[in-house]
Amino acid sequence: MRKVSRLSRFNVVSLALGLAFLYLPILILVIYSFNASRLVTVWGGWSLRWYHEFFNDRAMIEAAWMSLRVAVSSATIATLIGTLAAVALSRGERFRGRTLFSGMLYAPLVMPEVITGLSLLLLFVALNAERGFWTVTIAHTTLTMCFVAVVVQSRLGSLDRSLEEAAMDLGCDPVRAFVAVTLPLIAPAIVAGWMLAFTLSLDDLVIASFTTGPGSATLPIRIYSEVRLGVKPEINAICTLVIALIAVVIVIASLASKLSSSQGESAAPL
Amino acid sequence: MTDELPGTDAAAAAVGETQFAAGEPLLRIEGVAKTFGTFRAVDGVSLDIKAGEFFALLGPSGCGKTTLLRMLAGFEAPDQGRILLGGKDIAQALPHERPINMMFQNYALFPHLSVRDNIAFGLKRAGMARADIATRVAEMVALVKLDGLEKRKPDQLSGGQRQRVALARALARRPQLLLLDEPLAALDKKLRESTQGELMELQRRLGMTFIIVTHDQEEAMTMASRIGVMRDGKLAQVASPRELYEAPRSRWIAEFVGDINLFDAESKLRDGHRLVIGTRDAGPLVVAEPREPFGEGRLSVAIRPEKVKLSRRGPVREAGHETAINQLDGVIADICYLGGTTTYKVKLDAGGMLQASVANSARLDVDAYSLNQPVVAWFTPDDCVVLPS
Repeated sequence: MRKVSRLSRFNVVSLALGLAFLYLPILILVIYSFNASRLVTVWGGWSLRWYHEFFNDRAMIEAAWMSLRVAVSSATIATLIGTLAAVALSRGERFRGRTLFSGMLYAPLVMPEVITGLSLLLLFVALNAERGFWTVTIAHTTLTMCFVAVVVQSRLGSLDRSLEEAAMDLGCDPVRAFVAVTLPLIAPAIVAGWMLAFTLSLDDLVIASFTTGPGSATLPIRIYSEVRLGVKPEINAICTLVIALIAVVIVIASLASKLSSSQGESAAPL
Repeated sequence: MTDELPGTDAAAAAVGETQFAAGEPLLRIEGVAKTFGTFRAVDGVSLDIKAGEFFALLGPSGCGKTTLLRMLAGFEAPDQGRILLGGKDIAQALPHERPINMMFQNYALFPHLSVRDNIAFGLKRAGMARADIATRVAEMVALVKLDGLEKRKPDQLSGGQRQRVALARALARRPQLLLLDEPLAALDKKLRESTQGELMELQRRLGMTFIIVTHDQEEAMTMASRIGVMRDGKLAQVASPRELYEAPRSRWIAEFVGDINLFDAESKLRDGHRLVIGTRDAGPLVVAEPREPFGEGRLSVAIRPEKVKLSRRGPVREAGHETAINQLDGVIADICYLGGTTTYKVKLDAGGMLQASVANSARLDVDAYSLNQPVVAWFTPDDCVVLPS
């Protein structure tokens, strides 16, 4: 407490400005989602009207349901593939082109989403694939699996290799050693990776709008197209719900990564 | 291998008993070599280890001792040579196929498992019955004195306790051979000394074969019945601690194991059953003729500091002789008081430096020498070792 009071005026001001910059817009959005007025910028008293409106808006509910399905399935597939990639990169024998492979794995992290989206669109068109749920799911898997791989690989890297050797020494073949020792120890990182993939998929607009087809808009696409016609207060309500969901997921992910760090030698970043 | 694991009390009584004739080595390493890239980590090592031995692999870091141990455990496959355990070649067998267990340097305890589950881990893999596992774990917990800590996780234990969990886990499967990779390196000095005693006691009681890897020569000398000194991937000498210390085979070993005074030989003269070796730094020294003849290469005379006696200037009488044979005049140049002993550095009149370690057998310093005091350093011909450089 003493420490806080000793903060200089400059520090307090810059902290307040920084936090305001980050959270004021979100706070305003949340407050206005409870606005009774039809006009977005005019305060008309507290109300849950727009939440009610949203739950009666079929198209919006469908878009939300689509987004959730895409997020859960793409996060699950990305976690599976990303974990396998991380294990191959940090545990497998050194193979030819390993550095190239790990570089390529991280490329989507820095690749502009427009390029990822456009190239996937070209691929799906070339394959003559019907665009909809699966194409978005596949696109999101490509985007998010590298994030999962990064999280899991850093956990594997901090894990003492002799743990697996000890398991083998005590009678496990390499596969069982992995399942009995490594997997429980990297499980929190895998969970954190899934959560990360889930939130990334949930809020993606660019890649989804390239790869989706008619009639299967995700929530961000739906919101974006509505906003272009003018912001309805209903959007505020939807966004508040999405913020709440993402906040819960982030809290769980950070708890999982904290758990992971208390069990091992060092923490997985997140 | 693992299904041979005994689970009954009758078998428990037979711990350490081996199924082959005494005298035949438990472990035979034949011309084993391992190369990493262009680095020859282990370069043609051959070694026999008998059942019940406490063998130490000693050497500086990078000498290949850990690689050799890892080949015994099965984490590395040798490029050449054979590893025979009880007459069977296991060089290419996987770790879980060998009746060998290893205690890791950093213990490698499973952080997500309790002490009990850590110890039981190998037993479960061996398919032992639940009741037998419980009995064996209790036995191991008592053996390493961990009673009351069974439910703790490794991060709730002290360094010494973790070390004992690692030991119990490695012993639980009753391996024919236990490998210990720097088992005491992470402990502080006091704890290390008491643990050394406990390890030796345990090994004797169980009658098991231990191979320990260490870079600490004192640790190897204290615990092992036989020591293999490794250098650059080769075994430089395999001998009992005493032989290693008193009769090192080369100058490098003499310097690696303990402190030693070394004088380069410049001439050599036979005098009956003795040699008179001329040195530049200490003048002529009379030494006993070495047991093994040495080649024509450069020689050194080596004397351990505690074999050197100091006296005040004047003729020194040695039992059976009128005067001591090797008498070197000098002055005290440096004094290092170590409690039990004092190490004096004597600047010899001939030019060299000689270290003498003198036991502080009296509490009052009547025998102590002071800086710049003229003294005579002397030693018998038998106390000198002639070494090829």
